[in-house]
Amino acid sequence: MTLGDIAKVLDAKALCGEEMLESLEIDGAFASDLMSDVLAFCAPGAFLITGLTNIQIVRTAQMLDIPAVLFVRGKSPLEDTVSLAKDAGIPLILSSHNMFQTCGLLYAMGVKPTSANSAQV
Amino acid sequence: MADPIHLEYEVAADDYQTAGTASNSVKETLKMLGIPTAISRRAAIITYEAEMNLVIHGGGGKIVANIDEKQVELMTIDEGPGIPNVDKAVQEGFTTAGDRAREMGFGAGMGLPNIKRNADIFEIFTEVGKGTTLRTVINLQ
Ligand SMILES: Nc1ncnc2c1ncn2[C@@H]1O[C@H](COP(=O)(O)OP(=O)(O)OP(=O)(O)O)[C@@H](O)[C@H]1O
Ligand SMILES: [Mg+2]
Repeated sequence: MTLGDIAKVLDAKALCGEEMLESLEIDGAFASDLMSDVLAFCAPGAFLITGLTNIQIVRTAQMLDIPAVLFVRGKSPLEDTVSLAKDAGIPLILSSHNMFQTCGLLYAMGVKPTSANSAQV
Repeated sequence: MADPIHLEYEVAADDYQTAGTASNSVKETLKMLGIPTAISRRAAIITYEAEMNLVIHGGGGKIVANIDEKQVELMTIDEGPGIPNVDKAVQEGFTTAGDRAREMGFGAGMGLPNIKRNADIFEIFTEVGKGTTLRTVINLQ
């Protein structure tokens, strides 16, 4: 499926990178509000679902080559967050559903959870 | 890669806005050098976690990267408060981060364990009241 399919199911709107939605193939996702958790457990290729909207979310995505970020609860990010995402070529989409609803809908449509492969010390 | 590459960046204390810029620059350099993705991903995680620690805990400082054919050496050097108990600090969940860092999604006490997991060599030199140097190495061969 594509990021566009995901946006449709969630009735989510694109905040930037709209032109990439249909071409961006999505396999798995990772959801967290803790950036260190994302840095430890998010598998390569997975997109990020989060309730935080500050600029460090996009930095984290940029560091891990996370292909896209989905914000939940209809919480619009600040201007700088969007402009960094534009520069980095990372599409941002905004879902009005809360975290649980968002993850439930995506799980039901077949988005795979990503394994915590890097978690072993 | 002919000559070794040396990079240095200044990182400001409590600057959550520009934090991560230096790490991204290190990452871009590794990409440009054709370092394999799996390696540059580990380097990115190390640099970014360490940069955030400079911002949140270290009172700012310096990021140094030395890249040659054999290894990627990544260091942070600060003159901040130091770490009283390193054994404790590297345990998952240990944190002294305040509300500001938590609001930004940090302060889970996961950074140093993350860094350690991704490094082939992991060393902390620290003295309370003087500062902290973190040295990590990722082997390329
Ligand atoms: N450069 C530093 N100077 C002083 N203290 C530090 C430094 N780096 C880490 N520490 C101490 O070690 C603790 C653990 O660091 P670690 O990076 O593991 O977690 P954190 O930064 O608190 O949270 P997270 O990394 O999950 O956002 C910190 O809370 C802090 O007390
Ligand atoms: Mg940390």
